[in-house]
Amino acid sequence: MKVTIDGHEIEVEAGTTILQAARMIGGDVVPPAMCYYSKLKGTGGKCRCCLVEVTKGSDANPTPMPKLVASCVTGCMDGMEVNSKSSERVTEARKAVTEFLLINHPLDCPVCDQAGECDLQNLSFEHGKAQTRFIEEKRTFEPENIGDKIQLHMNRCILCQRCVQVAEQLTDYRVHGVLNRGDHAQISTMVSAAIDNEFSGNMIDVCPVGALTDKTFRFKSRVWFNKPFNAHRECTTPGCCGKVTVWMFGNEIQRVTARKDEFHEVEDFICNTCRYDKKEVSDWTIEGPRKFEKDSVINVNNYTRKMDKVVINTEKGILMGRDEDRKKISMADIDYNEKIDGTQVKK
Amino acid sequence: MGRKILLDKINVPGIKSYEVYRREGGYASVEKALKMTPEAIIEEVKTSGLRGRGGAGFPVGMKWSFIDKKSGKPRHLVCNADESEPGTFKDRYLMEYIPHLLIEGMITSSIALEANLSYIYIRGEYMWVFKTLERAIKEAYAAGWLGKNIQGSGYDLDLHVHCGAGAYICGEETALIESLEGKRGNPRLKPPFPAISGLWANPTVVNNVESIAAVPWIINNSGADYAAIGIGRSTGTKLISASGNIKKPGVYEIELGISVEEFINSDEYCGGMETDRPLKALVPGGSSVPILPAHLIYKTANGDDRLMTYESLSDGGFATGSMLGSGGFIVYDDRACIVRNTWNFARFYHHESCGQCTPCREGTGWLEKVLWRIENGQGREEDIELLWSIQSKIEGNTICPLGDAASWPVAAAIRHFREEFEYHVRFPEKIKNRDHFTHEPFDKVRHLVAPQNV
Repeated sequence: MKVTIDGHEIEVEAGTTILQAARMIGGDVVPPAMCYYSKLKGTGGKCRCCLVEVTKGSDANPTPMPKLVASCVTGCMDGMEVNSKSSERVTEARKAVTEFLLINHPLDCPVCDQAGECDLQNLSFEHGKAQTRFIEEKRTFEPENIGDKIQLHMNRCILCQRCVQVAEQLTDYRVHGVLNRGDHAQISTMVSAAIDNEFSGNMIDVCPVGALTDKTFRFKSRVWFNKPFNAHRECTTPGCCGKVTVWMFGNEIQRVTARKDEFHEVEDFICNTCRYDKKEVSDWTIEGPRKFEKDSVINVNNYTRKMDKVVINTEKGILMGRDEDRKKISMADIDYNEKIDGTQVKK
Repeated sequence: MGRKILLDKINVPGIKSYEVYRREGGYASVEKALKMTPEAIIEEVKTSGLRGRGGAGFPVGMKWSFIDKKSGKPRHLVCNADESEPGTFKDRYLMEYIPHLLIEGMITSSIALEANLSYIYIRGEYMWVFKTLERAIKEAYAAGWLGKNIQGSGYDLDLHVHCGAGAYICGEETALIESLEGKRGNPRLKPPFPAISGLWANPTVVNNVESIAAVPWIINNSGADYAAIGIGRSTGTKLISASGNIKKPGVYEIELGISVEEFINSDEYCGGMETDRPLKALVPGGSSVPILPAHLIYKTANGDDRLMTYESLSDGGFATGSMLGSGGFIVYDDRACIVRNTWNFARFYHHESCGQCTPCREGTGWLEKVLWRIENGQGREEDIELLWSIQSKIEGNTICPLGDAASWPVAAAIRHFREEFEYHVRFPEKIKNRDHFTHEPFDKVRHLVAPQNV
């Protein structure tokens, strides 16, 4: 079947969705997806970020679709023509959805562990506005303990329900789900602190925002200060691939996650033992640095590229100014053995 | 007197019980239908032009003919008795006072669809109606109209009533099916449509109570007889739940095609306005349809009489028209505050949004909060534009029609009553009192917000 997205033509197999076809083309035409996850069945259609305009239904029935459709759940038809980024209507709709997602989302990126690898940050960078039109009080939830390894921040949740599908499809029984409805719908457990399944940690990886974060990594480091390496180990847990990304700071492994591809989807799910308990360098065989897409903030710490030498001109500038400034700023003049009141530190 | 089809026997004492209902000619349509082929029944319903009475007005016969009979999977008929639209209470009346009519309709329709397992999904708030229906079904089983080998015809049908937990969203057909399966009542993504994959992935038809209750009459008489009532594509009779500032609120059966003026003012129906206060606005089809201002109620924008039909009420599109919807006919006189009314509707949709998709989950709450501010004297001039922008971004971008239903009343209120919003924003001290229009109707203060020309 032949599909045209934003003027790019591609041959796809029957049953491919528009989003998958767009991902095959790649680049700018790929619609953002907050709830769809190709590795999990039954996801998609909820966040409405991936809305596209179908200007021609198919060769057999060329009438355009009147409404924007969710590309992640709409199958391609032969001869279909789709406008993604090139359509004014689509960009408007994406802006609208971004605004809706953000009105009740706390502005706590500076203290959020997900910052730097957050899909909502990327979405609002691309489609969001700098100002807000929402002057009301944001909706909040009571903090809740859902398990000893996973931190739930319900205020940040965008209800993509990926984590529900993880529990449904990877674990033997699901102990959490969506409670209540409307904007008070929340992810929660029936019994407090009940999430302890061996594969429950994958909820953290699939979460597009910082609603589910790793308690063993909590507040340890910003993700862009870590150096990610591909690593593997012989994992004995049935179903675990043992292939991970370890996030290092110096010689310390601060966090272990599954390997995520360019669409931030994990390549294979890993078990909780690999994720939480193997934090020694000796546990892992390091394969090499993990590469991230061009625009990722994680690349600011890019050690694969030669860094320029940093030249600080302060010293020189100060010399041309007053002497007391030099005293204040220049590190060389500070006596580190002197306390703030002037007395010497005892040796 | 208008023709009565559904409420014909409603005043017969004891019509709730099987004996009286049977004596009055009940279940005759089942006897007749068992001798007909399913295709003939569907053809008869198609001829009748009966349109879905739940709100969307999709032709029932057409819906039935879409059901997938080739796959060989078991088929189901589900009756949508989750009547939750604010302003609509016709199904309750029908089920409460003449429950056997619905059951007869369910059997006849199931025969047409060749379904052997059918359900009535009733909302949780109608617990006493649920019990009435259960009793009626028990009577029907005892009399041999349900169960194995109905009346010796070899046709089996089981009918169950299922009680929901009280959610507006479960009136959406796919959410209803989810709820009936025991899951959270979230609407499904379409396609696949229920006619292909509905209840337990089997082909399913979901119809409103009133649509199904009209089927026995069509079979007893004929599709052509039914089509003879009404005008154009709006055939037959329709139950209207009239409420608001009228003399006689209640459920009325009208022949489609009478004028709105006649319906409001004739003694047979609403009996005119409650007091001598003038008519201000009308919601003709339940809370989710656009509200009409006084000058567009009796006449359409091009000067024709506004009739109680699907076409005439939606004449002019959303700019100057509305919809027949589910027939929740709410009349407002000049004491009503449109802003407060819109806020109240928005509050309802905020409360009832399922929370599955983003625009509806976040947008309905936002609409409610902004409307609440305006109504309570904390509005800003730009809030009116903001409301317009929010509603336009919800509409059409959601999974199910609840998002549209939440945005249409807001859009229509701003379109037709913008001055009233401006009045709320500019004179907050005047609207502090909850009954602010009772002593000072808007017409008396309209000059305050009129554009000034120097």
